[in-house]
Amino acid sequence: MNYIELTVPDSMRNHGTMWSRWKSRGVPAYLLALLLTGFYVLVYWFPEPLAPLASLLDPLAQLLRGSAADRWFLYGTVYTIAVFVMGARMLLRYRTQRYHVYRTLTLMTVQLMMSYLIPALLARMGSKEFYFSYFWPLKPEYLFPSNISALVQSDNGLLMFMGFWTITMTVVATPVLTYFYGKRWYCSWVCGCGALAETAGDPFRQNSDKTLSAWKIERWMVHSVLASVVSVTGLIWWANVDPASPIAPYAQDANKVYGFLIGSVFSGVIGVGFYPLMGARVWCRFGCPMAAVLGLIQKYASRFRITTNGSQCISCGNCSTYCEMGIDVRAYAQRGEDIKRASCVGCGVCATVCPRGVLKLENH
Amino acid sequence: MRIVIIGNGVAGITAARYLRKLSDHEIIVVSEEAPYHFSRPAMMYVSMGHMTYDNTKPYEDWFWKKNRIELVHDAVSAIAPSFSSGDEEGFSPGKYVVAMLRGETIDADTIIFATGSEPAWFGWTGEHLPGVQAYVHKSDLEALERNVQGARNAVVVGGGLIGVEAAEVLHARGLHVTMLVRESGFYRRVFPAEESDIITKHIAAQGIDLRLSTELDRIVGGENGGRVDHVITSSGERIQADVVILATGVKPTIDLAKQSGLNTDRGILINDRFETSLPNVFAIGDCAQFEHGVEQLWYTARAHGEHVARVIIEGAGPYVRGTYFNSAKFFELEWQVYGEIPADSDSTTSEYWSELQPIRCLRIAHRNGVVIGIHGIGVRLRQDVCTTWIDAGATIEVVRKNIQSAVFDPEFTRKVTV
Repeated sequence: MNYIELTVPDSMRNHGTMWSRWKSRGVPAYLLALLLTGFYVLVYWFPEPLAPLASLLDPLAQLLRGSAADRWFLYGTVYTIAVFVMGARMLLRYRTQRYHVYRTLTLMTVQLMMSYLIPALLARMGSKEFYFSYFWPLKPEYLFPSNISALVQSDNGLLMFMGFWTITMTVVATPVLTYFYGKRWYCSWVCGCGALAETAGDPFRQNSDKTLSAWKIERWMVHSVLASVVSVTGLIWWANVDPASPIAPYAQDANKVYGFLIGSVFSGVIGVGFYPLMGARVWCRFGCPMAAVLGLIQKYASRFRITTNGSQCISCGNCSTYCEMGIDVRAYAQRGEDIKRASCVGCGVCATVCPRGVLKLENH
Repeated sequence: MRIVIIGNGVAGITAARYLRKLSDHEIIVVSEEAPYHFSRPAMMYVSMGHMTYDNTKPYEDWFWKKNRIELVHDAVSAIAPSFSSGDEEGFSPGKYVVAMLRGETIDADTIIFATGSEPAWFGWTGEHLPGVQAYVHKSDLEALERNVQGARNAVVVGGGLIGVEAAEVLHARGLHVTMLVRESGFYRRVFPAEESDIITKHIAAQGIDLRLSTELDRIVGGENGGRVDHVITSSGERIQADVVILATGVKPTIDLAKQSGLNTDRGILINDRFETSLPNVFAIGDCAQFEHGVEQLWYTARAHGEHVARVIIEGAGPYVRGTYFNSAKFFELEWQVYGEIPADSDSTTSEYWSELQPIRCLRIAHRNGVVIGIHGIGVRLRQDVCTTWIDAGATIEVVRKNIQSAVFDPEFTRKVTV
């Protein structure tokens, strides 16, 4: 045995996190937040200044999509690069923990294939630009009648497959996978928002609000968004089944309002723009209707939980501090209770930072 | 009934919480250390910038008011029997007046001493020089922040759990750290040779200058302002030091108890129901001494707090400590222990398994084939499984065969193959 062999990489240490002005809401964090929100505002509503930037990507866009790069191609490219660059950081940082290595590699792969390359290639083929890793209610329109019937009744095998994929994933796979593995199978292994949060957002996870009042606000907000998306989807179906009903003219308006407020402002501008200020899971915690559905299943009908190892907890608070969802993990751990919270995305960092080996993600 | 708890560490706070759960009595917690309970083991994470001081508080500040636990941030200066003018003798047995340093007095029907412990220093020359400190009390956190400013070299005295934490903290703050350890290997008093060797090498590999079989002789100040300049070891060696942390253990804090007329020895003497020599006065946690001695662990303090509440409210019987357990982290290496692992364990009295990259080891100690203790370094072990085996007197064969069911490692971690 020599000393080199006995060196464990200091991979997961959080030395100086609370003194870093980037990581602890200093001036640089606010500037970064401004930059990120600004970028989203441009992408969504004022894309002209981005045109020269997008045109730089024309060769790549021609190669992948067979068309010139637009703002969405620019956005997707920047997003994917962010996931890969910060994913590499994540892999380096957590290299001694296989759980983090596996899920980070999966998130990076899913982002590259399902959210970037495959949609581009589909566009190039002149087919529908379809995201196999997003489902209702995160993408409400995937269950709208226009979409579903067009896909399912199509005589194109690929489009039919998309239709059945969407229905199967939403109605069957989501509850079944969540029953066995908790919502983490999606939020920390598949989802694109999760991919960015778990890579680019990792340096900011300690900024989530752990107070009881934040938890109360979270429950109201996320379930209100879920109620909204259910209502919008219901309205659209109603208008489709009964076009003559007095409700029908408002269905599309409701959808547009939802798309603007939730789809753009909340999930994009605030969801990513506020990373440096409120942690990377602002959208996932307070807004995502998919997370709300998965959370309800996780809480009431899932085998997943974080278990606590007897009485070994020393109440240090590393788990709560580094929970990106703002769960006060310690409150459960120090009582020796299992943690079964709707919001838990199963990132596993609480178990990693625990200095006494008290926490473990399990599918009982 | 009004219950006054002196000390808001884990023992006092756990007592307060359980008293509130079990009763409607008035509860007052007095602490001179901090206005709100914080997790003492988390101090090191504040010093390394992993957490803020606020992060170390296990309960939000509103918790206490909501649960009608009154917090007093003051020192107790004296405790005296209560002389109420109303009754015949003018003396109410078992009632007390608690006087605060700032002048306030509180009448108490029951008092719980949870005054914890304080650094045990041995009267070294120079131990009171600026730059020399302990790492136990909240004020030590602030002292460390002052002492590391502009400092380059540090000496940590003591090869125990606080010593290694202090070394890690100072190292994280960029200081060159020398550690003086009395034993021939780190924690050799507790660890069998192999484990001690692993930890010793791991600490050295972090860049800590570990001096084994070495004690502190004296601390020497510099010329300017008298701040510590270097230490002289038992072997006469001179080691530069701008900061010295003395981590040579702790002793029960009993001054107030002594003054109040409680019987004391090393700690406040109690029976197995935490009763002291005065009626309605209890002592728990680090400051208390049972017939068999003191129990100075985070976990025992918590267990004392819960049990004393049951004694006071429910008239519970003797406190019975369950199967021993503990845990610690030596830089990157986690250690968990259940039951008894004698420091002289060898291949005839234990099964030992280890691997490098990453460092993991496991030892199952037995007496004539019956398992008495399990511990792991770099392997997380389930307390309930290990404790059940030990309590039931499981054989070494059973434990070896089922060891996988005791492993608490994260998913996808390589399996332990004993």
